Amino acid sequence: MVEFKPNHLVRVKREQMFAFTMLSLAAALTVLILLAIVFYVMAQGLSVISMEFLLEEPRKMGTEGGIFPAIVGTVYLVGLIILIAAPIGVGTSIYLNEYMPDGRFKSVLRFATELLAAIPSIIHGMFGFLFFVIALGDYTGGWSILSGALTGVVMILPIIIRASEEALRSVPSNLKEGSLALGTTRWYTIKKVVLPLALPGITTSVILAIGRVIGETAAFLLTIGGSLLMAASVFDGARTLALHLYLVAMETGNVQMAFGTGAVLIVLILIINFAAAALFKLLVKRFSA
Amino acid sequence: MKFQKERNNKNNIEEAIVKVILFIMALSSIISLGLITFFVFNEGLPFMIGYGITDFIFGTTWNPTEQVYGIFPMIVGSVIVTIFAILVGAPIGIAVAVYLVEIAPPRVTKIVKPAILLLEGIPSVVIGLFGMVVIIDVIRRLARGPLADYLPAGYQTGYSILAGVLILAIMILPTIISISADSIRAVPKEYKEASLAMGSTKWQTLFKVVVPAAKSGILAAVILGVGRAIGETMAIIMVIGNSVQLPIPGWEAVFAPVRTLTGNIALEMGYAGPEHRQALFATGIILFLFIIIINSITLLLRRRGT
Repeated sequence: MVEFKPNHLVRVKREQMFAFTMLSLAAALTVLILLAIVFYVMAQGLSVISMEFLLEEPRKMGTEGGIFPAIVGTVYLVGLIILIAAPIGVGTSIYLNEYMPDGRFKSVLRFATELLAAIPSIIHGMFGFLFFVIALGDYTGGWSILSGALTGVVMILPIIIRASEEALRSVPSNLKEGSLALGTTRWYTIKKVVLPLALPGITTSVILAIGRVIGETAAFLLTIGGSLLMAASVFDGARTLALHLYLVAMETGNVQMAFGTGAVLIVLILIINFAAAALFKLLVKRFSA
Repeated sequence: MKFQKERNNKNNIEEAIVKVILFIMALSSIISLGLITFFVFNEGLPFMIGYGITDFIFGTTWNPTEQVYGIFPMIVGSVIVTIFAILVGAPIGIAVAVYLVEIAPPRVTKIVKPAILLLEGIPSVVIGLFGMVVIIDVIRRLARGPLADYLPAGYQTGYSILAGVLILAIMILPTIISISADSIRAVPKEYKEASLAMGSTKWQTLFKVVVPAAKSGILAAVILGVGRAIGETMAIIMVIGNSVQLPIPGWEAVFAPVRTLTGNIALEMGYAGPEHRQALFATGIILFLFIIIINSITLLLRRRGT
């Protein structure tokens, strides 16, 4: 017979209340940290942002003038990386999911993808520096947007592969089997049934990969050259917004101008996050109807 | 019928071509991994062996102009900052995950979840810049004010292990939260219901049943956080001071400026001569080994989990 102790109940209740308060405080702290960073950077950055800041070339190492070449560099880089990485990444995930039988080689490929994702971006940068900048320098232009982009492709591939695999896996197998039972080829089924249904997930993964590229610095620090000048082609050196922020903050110590670039970056990331969510909803509605 | 056959042939050829193309694409990640490993080891390993592996790893002086390359202070820097960032970040992250999955009303989840996603998306240089201005300022005031009499002058700049720990703890939060939340969500409902039916409170159920059941997933989340922390480069360079020295043992070490393995590579690669560059690649090998060990542990954990 268990003795009924009213005090015990009170204590247990109090314990629960204390624990729940602590847990919600942890969540509140996380949100607060985010808000602190976002608002501080925006408040500091907005004071230097103007049309001139966005559309002019930097003067005196970026302590005066604008960030236009860095914007152009970022756009070039993102475009090139997605152009190369998205087809390869989606292709890989299709092969792994739809063609390849389970087995040792498949798990080796998966493990390689995971390890590639775990490699710190500075090591990607070192590799890109040796391989794309130096070894292939005659073809890539040495420190250039192209070298940076190829390095970025290696870095971003596992992210796209993993996310589109998830999207492909979410396609119900009875739809696939139904299509195959009608006598279509596997590729036809993939084109007409699997890809349209997986499209929302794949698109979101690509957009989030864009966000990752915009935020990345270490991999490009050693490969893209950091030139302040406007890039005329992908064989020229350039800098991205994130790299510009870093170089301005660390080399000139002009924190105010760095905050300006930081505010632009935060706005971009916000737009990308919203776009990913909105596009996902839109595509789901369109293709699942 | 003839037409049908031709079409079939055409389809079969297309199918075969597509399959080959996709197969080649699928090799991309293993080829990339092979190339990275080859290039980094090929450049760094001969140097490391020539210089002496123990001298390189345990040497306490790093002076490229004198051809002295000891990376022990950097290993210590990376390890200390990572351990303390985990000690700060992991409990908070796990708490947020438990809160999100089990306690938070949908209204709150709707705010917290996108906030975590956004925190993950903020570029590390932006977090670094925030740290460099706001966090460093607070620590500097502390070090130059009430603690000024106890700290050596070099420890009063604000650029310190403490700053690095705080920045890294913030940066690993999203990783730890999202992965532990997944594993908490995967705990079978029956476990919870059985515990509640026995008359335990919700908190007792969470603490004694749900979290232990999600243990291996949470551990994997923490280890992944370790990987992120040890590999982080830009934000850490901006706040940690980057001086190559072993912190003095004792509580003062909290305020010591140190350099990490990643920082060493990023700061010096730009102007390194041939031998110096090889030494930096050797630094990269050590970092690489850390990452491989960490990932093998996650792999083992997952095997045991399933």
